Amino acid sequence: MTSRQESYHYRQQEQMEKIEARDVNFYYGDFHALKGISMDIPQNKVVAFIGPSGCGKSTFLRLFNRMNDLIPGARLEGSIKIDGQDIYAPGIHVDELRKNVGMVFQRPNPFPKSIFDNVAYGLRVNGIKDKKFIAQRVEESLKGAALWNEVKDKLTASAYALSGGQQQRLCIARAMAVAPSVLLMDEPASALDPISTAKVEELICELRSQVTIVIVTHNMQQASRVSDKTAFFYMGEMVEYDDTKVIFTNPHMEATQNYITGRFG
Amino acid sequence: MKKILEKAVKWILTASGFVTSVVILLIIGFLFTEGAGLFGEKVIEEGYVLALNRENPVREMDAAQIKAIFDEDVTNWSEVGGPDLRIETFRLEDMDEYFTEEQLGPDYGNAGPLIAGLVSSHPGMVAFVPESMIPDDAPLALIEDRSISPKEVFAGSEWFPTATPAPLFGMWPLLAGTLWVSLFAILFALPFGISIAVYMSEVASERVRGFLKPVIELLNGIPSVVYGFFGLIIIVPLLQQVFGLPVGESGLAGSIVLAIMALPTIVTVAEDAMRNCPRSLREASLALGATRWQTVAKVVIPSSMSGIASGVVLGIGRAVGETMAVLMVTGNAAVIPHSILEPLRTIPATIAAELGEAPAGGAHYQSLFLLGVILFFITFFINLCVEYISSRNRAKNS
Repeated sequence: MTSRQESYHYRQQEQMEKIEARDVNFYYGDFHALKGISMDIPQNKVVAFIGPSGCGKSTFLRLFNRMNDLIPGARLEGSIKIDGQDIYAPGIHVDELRKNVGMVFQRPNPFPKSIFDNVAYGLRVNGIKDKKFIAQRVEESLKGAALWNEVKDKLTASAYALSGGQQQRLCIARAMAVAPSVLLMDEPASALDPISTAKVEELICELRSQVTIVIVTHNMQQASRVSDKTAFFYMGEMVEYDDTKVIFTNPHMEATQNYITGRFG
Repeated sequence: MKKILEKAVKWILTASGFVTSVVILLIIGFLFTEGAGLFGEKVIEEGYVLALNRENPVREMDAAQIKAIFDEDVTNWSEVGGPDLRIETFRLEDMDEYFTEEQLGPDYGNAGPLIAGLVSSHPGMVAFVPESMIPDDAPLALIEDRSISPKEVFAGSEWFPTATPAPLFGMWPLLAGTLWVSLFAILFALPFGISIAVYMSEVASERVRGFLKPVIELLNGIPSVVYGFFGLIIIVPLLQQVFGLPVGESGLAGSIVLAIMALPTIVTVAEDAMRNCPRSLREASLALGATRWQTVAKVVIPSSMSGIASGVVLGIGRAVGETMAVLMVTGNAAVIPHSILEPLRTIPATIAAELGEAPAGGAHYQSLFLLGVILFFITFFINLCVEYISSRNRAKNS
């Protein structure tokens, strides 16, 4: 691809929505977990999903990298497209998709390996053998996750030697190392102390230039601080989806109003 | 009332714990004292002497030399450090060849002096006779008897506990047999065991697993004699045909039977370890674009390595201590095996086969106890390994 084609391609993508979900229904066996959700997520924005526990926001998030495939008896209706490509179409390689759609989980889950090997893992499983490239990418990713200065002298130490907040930033670095275009974050700061949380939020604001971020959070302040758009989920339905400013200052739906003012949830 | 009851319960629990510990210690102590008695025994059978012609300068021989002489493998005194003289052996059974019944007199009363005369007239003769038969003033020399040395036992390469006049207690063939069989059993069981464990924890559906797991655990409950029977009827003839062996009973047959017996332990423990690999780690790996097999190979197996290792070591423990099945299929030849296709004999099989015919308190009996002690140390060492691995595992998970 020439650079002109590339920039054209880029512009075209910029105009396009990054993720398009249409009439998504999702079932765990008989349980109807997501009810007719349609949503567009624009490129290089941060979108927050809020809502009470069990409302389906994490389930919806995990549809974007097909993590729910692992659950026996789960069933999906409707379509989800990323970059215009239906990710549930037959012939889609799930591992290719997940390379493009990274994920950070609720609890830091580094592998029981060294810090370096944790970050290099995604590169290695994707067949990259060039040691120089891997080392360079590990450094970039750790710098990108604002962790480099803290760990650069102990890259061979076990990842378990890091604090919880450092582990979570390591997980972000690990996800970013394979250069995804979408990053899914499932309550990434819920297990962290306030200072670590602030660092993760800062990181989200920095990463938005590189990736489209979808973040599930229980923390309303966090949603209002980091996101461009916010979706409110309740009982498996998407009640409201708008610019974050609108959701938090002038929501259209009463349920949203009640939730963000803390009347239930 | 309630207080008394609670005290009673506490007492019973303490007492049962205490009694169990004491019994175990007593068993180990018994094993050790009986086994150590072997080194107090003499090389030559108790109550007997080896009488030589006075001209013969040889006074010392070890058990292996004595056995070689009486087996007529050694026929010249020069081979055991004496003069160049042909060896003639004399046992009590040979009496008829030299003397008539009349000469011997009633109740063999004259046997002692007659034998003494015989030996002193044959310069190359060695006679194995009861000590009480030889007159005190007989013009004979006796082989000096000494205690059995640890070197002969632990490094000795011949196990002939019933040989006369000097039994051989070289335990090396038995030890080697045990280690060979166990090693090969683990070599066979390991790849199969790990594969089955991976299949059950990663591939099989919940239904298949629900069926397979109890079946594999059932293998643990089959009596070992049944395994031995199976080995004898199926594996032994099969090996004989496939490898064209003179006899199918071999170390290999034992290894295969043991591998089958060790499988359930390895599979169950390894599978549990793999299933206990945190879901979050699997998800992290999959979310990075790793395939299922990359996840298994690079995350699941490494993180459950210590569980798998303890399964393997437990399997080895089972293989080392197994008696009946091995006794039935290995051919029980107490020689150092040069290949796994030869018959061999393990420590537990030796104890089981020979304890019945060993007179209580004798050297043979004590040597079997010493074998028990060795076996105890092997399994003790294996248990220590399991303990070490699982304690490391606990430390890692906390």
